[in-house]
Amino acid sequence: MRKKYGNLGIYIVLLIFSFFFLLPIYMLLATSFKPLVEIGMGSMWLLPKQPSLEGFTDSIKRLSPNLLNSFLLVIPATIFSCILGSINGYIFSKIRFRGINLLFMCVLFGMFIPYQSVLFPLIQFLQEIKLYGTIWGLIITHVIYGLPITTLIFRNYYMEVPDEMLEAAGIDGAGLFKSYFLILFPLSIPGFVVAVIWQFTNIWNEFLFAVTITSDPKKQPITVALVNLAGSQMVQWNLQMAGAVVAAIPTLLVYIFLGKYFIRGLMSGSVKG
Amino acid sequence: MKKFTVLMCAILIAFVAFGSQVEIFSWWTGGGEEAGLLALIKLYNQLYPGVQVINATVAGGAGTNAKAVLKTRMLGGNPPDSFQVHAGMELSDTYVIPGKMEPITNYLKEWGMYDKFPEDIMKICSYEGEVYSIPVNVHRGNVVFYNTAIAKEIGMTTAPKTWKEFFGLLEKAQKAGYVAISLGDTGKWTATHLFENVMLSQFGPYKYNMLWTGDQTFNHVALTEAFEIMKKIVPYFNKDHAAGDWQDASRLIFEKKAFCNVMGDWAEGYFKEMGWTPGKEFGWFAVPETDVAFMIVSDTFGLPKGAPNKENALRWLKLVGSVEGQDLFNPLKGSIPARVDADKSKYDVYLQWAMADFSVKALSPSIAHGSAAPESFATMLNDILNRFVSDVNVNQAVKSVLEAAEEEGYLVK
Amino acid sequence: MHKKKKWLGFLIISPTLVVIGVFVYGFIGATVRASLSDWNSFRKLLSGEFVFSGLRNYERLFADWRFQTDMWNTLFFTVFFLFGCLLIGLILAALLDRNLKGGRIFQSIFLFPMALSLVVTGTVWRWFFAPGILPNDPAGVNVLLGQVGLKSLQWGWFTVTDTIGPFNLALVPVIIAAVWQLSGYTMAMYLAGLRAIPESMTEAARVDGASGWQIFWKVKWPFLKPITLSAMIILGHISLKIFDLVYSMTGSGPKNVTDMPSIYMFEKTFRSNRYAEGSAIAVIMLLMVAVVIIPYLVSTLRKSD
Repeated sequence: MRKKYGNLGIYIVLLIFSFFFLLPIYMLLATSFKPLVEIGMGSMWLLPKQPSLEGFTDSIKRLSPNLLNSFLLVIPATIFSCILGSINGYIFSKIRFRGINLLFMCVLFGMFIPYQSVLFPLIQFLQEIKLYGTIWGLIITHVIYGLPITTLIFRNYYMEVPDEMLEAAGIDGAGLFKSYFLILFPLSIPGFVVAVIWQFTNIWNEFLFAVTITSDPKKQPITVALVNLAGSQMVQWNLQMAGAVVAAIPTLLVYIFLGKYFIRGLMSGSVKG
Repeated sequence: MKKFTVLMCAILIAFVAFGSQVEIFSWWTGGGEEAGLLALIKLYNQLYPGVQVINATVAGGAGTNAKAVLKTRMLGGNPPDSFQVHAGMELSDTYVIPGKMEPITNYLKEWGMYDKFPEDIMKICSYEGEVYSIPVNVHRGNVVFYNTAIAKEIGMTTAPKTWKEFFGLLEKAQKAGYVAISLGDTGKWTATHLFENVMLSQFGPYKYNMLWTGDQTFNHVALTEAFEIMKKIVPYFNKDHAAGDWQDASRLIFEKKAFCNVMGDWAEGYFKEMGWTPGKEFGWFAVPETDVAFMIVSDTFGLPKGAPNKENALRWLKLVGSVEGQDLFNPLKGSIPARVDADKSKYDVYLQWAMADFSVKALSPSIAHGSAAPESFATMLNDILNRFVSDVNVNQAVKSVLEAAEEEGYLVK
Repeated sequence: MHKKKKWLGFLIISPTLVVIGVFVYGFIGATVRASLSDWNSFRKLLSGEFVFSGLRNYERLFADWRFQTDMWNTLFFTVFFLFGCLLIGLILAALLDRNLKGGRIFQSIFLFPMALSLVVTGTVWRWFFAPGILPNDPAGVNVLLGQVGLKSLQWGWFTVTDTIGPFNLALVPVIIAAVWQLSGYTMAMYLAGLRAIPESMTEAARVDGASGWQIFWKVKWPFLKPITLSAMIILGHISLKIFDLVYSMTGSGPKNVTDMPSIYMFEKTFRSNRYAEGSAIAVIMLLMVAVVIIPYLVSTLRKSD
């Protein structure tokens, strides 16, 4: 009996938290269904009086080409950065030589730089290699600046795999590559889930690089197009909020489908620093 | 990946098929301004069907992002063929002085356009005697918009001409339980926008304009008086002014919560979008004691050096400078044409008022909108005003403005 | 280990090292160099001519009241943001670590904010905390407070300029928004940590008669300590360079009460064309991050050796 009431208490606390977590989401949704005239700071809690799908139809129409761009950007960038991160993580966790930890530290530090500070040199570089203004330029940027975090995730993950497993394979004559592909790689799924979720959400939602590297609207990813929905002077908030909902759907799907594995992936060692 | 290849091929084919192109860079991505831009592009396509127009836009933050992108591109020697820029110092200080722009005076003369714009605006668009950009539109900055219902309630019969009359009205509006004057300064520039108009009223357009040419010192009692007036305005603001932008401030008028606000005439476009008719639900008058002047906010297009498609860029400039182009763009954007020979019948009653004033009043360049001073000065002034609105310390503010002006090389002695 | 293997390993990571060397350290180098130059106008920057001007840009910044405010703001923001995320993350994880029915749904709700772009949530939170014109015409959350009879809690939120010492109270709503966005992530980390604790250990403690509270502190917490540390690092570096959220939510605020170094840097560099001073801010931000991160990196790597 006691346990049952205990759970009830927990449910109440969880519901209260959920309420607070969902309040802003409610506002987002309510606004996206309102016609422009009903939108104001004083009336934001009210449900739409005359619900309209205008915000959604308009924003979908305007955002769909950029949705495609975002996929063309996020999918390769996520795949490349995760694979490279996995290989790096393997070397950094399983090969020992003098100074390798220092090197790892140097790689890791790249995660912490404020990106605004590299904007000028980065763009000049992309212009040099003729990739400025292209999705590939953006992909390269995200892969490079994603390397530290993916390397970290995989290194920590592989640290948990006992060295003996690899050594056993080494005795059987497996080389560096073989032991990676035969032993570590098949074990890496949870690590990949964590890295993929992290990279996918970050790259999908990233704005600064996207806006500075691509200026042709036909090539811009969705975050830029979303901000573009607003003019420089007037903002149609229903369009903006509906667009925000549309733009969030892919990342939400990733969370819903991979969410279960996310915690499991974090469990398998990658949370430790 | 396959889709990507297909896309790339499609783009390549498009290049081959059209042969030539022109890249137009702007921050017009939404609402009437986008409609105006698209109409111009459509007209361009009709006139020059062989040219593909790349409509490069970067939105957000009233052009802040676009300016950042443009700077990095210009720095990397990768300019667009033509780009949107505010008339005046925003162009001159940033791009003309470093030698990144082509003068277009001769083209204007060749196209017979040079004398079709008011002399004052050509002066703003020029540096050392050469014109560097063509103004496509003009907004008026020194306008007070007000809710006519509230005006009636508080017994306003004629537009206030002096600050004294204006403060009388503000007092009445506040007593009647309204916000007297609304402001939304999240983005900081709105406070500067208001202040530059107060400055204009105290210096007068003649002296105000000479501040920027170095012929008038900032160290003048008018500056102190401007801050004194500003100090008197502050208590009439909505208390939550830091929570919103100009649109929220205009919204307060629309909702009959605020009597008036000082804004550029894009606010008129906003009221119309909300379903109001100019002159009926909302009225307007020039900011007190600035009736003799017209604070200019103007978008222009220029020709960067090394534009990859110079011929096509010139065609674009010719189009935006033509009567046809200006009368196509401006009614959609809700601004007035920079040319004096445009067709008045295409504009609403408010814009006709602005047009009439534009051709006869003294034109003064805006600080907040990049025309009068370099962007660094405008940014410093933003910070000074942002602080002033909270602590209303006149001496401190005057001192800071003088320091900022000295740093930019303006007259302060 | 074979020598050959070591060399091969080094060879495999060398592309990464080169790329990071250029894109991180090379660019940092360029930024440091710029911060020591006189590139404080676009003309000087374009000319590319390097005139060494020592630490003048830094001196100017430290004398600048706006920058001083920024430093305090970053400090307080980081401290409270970390504390909030860790606390709420821990509470939620502890509650969800019981395999409740519907636990997955709650889990998704709490992770949900992470999926949204900061640019969007910033706007939503601006509306949420927009105070309206108090007392008669409240907006946002003040409306809700009024409706549930908590009128006394109605407040100006991020528009106030009140302070406690150097702490700007206007930061409170910004901190709440940031905690909302990232406490789900801390929850996931803690949850993973809790689930990794062998059942037998908690069971043994229970048999010994330990209370739930004691079990948590004596048995579970030691497992969660390293997780807390890595969460602090991840959250800490997010907060030290936070930009999107604050920029779209409150901007600098009245009297810069919610200003951050990243916003000032963006304005200096891209609005005022003061590239050298902007670079100096970037370098200072980098140093702040380094002060926090490097000791942590060194200590964890020592341990793993």
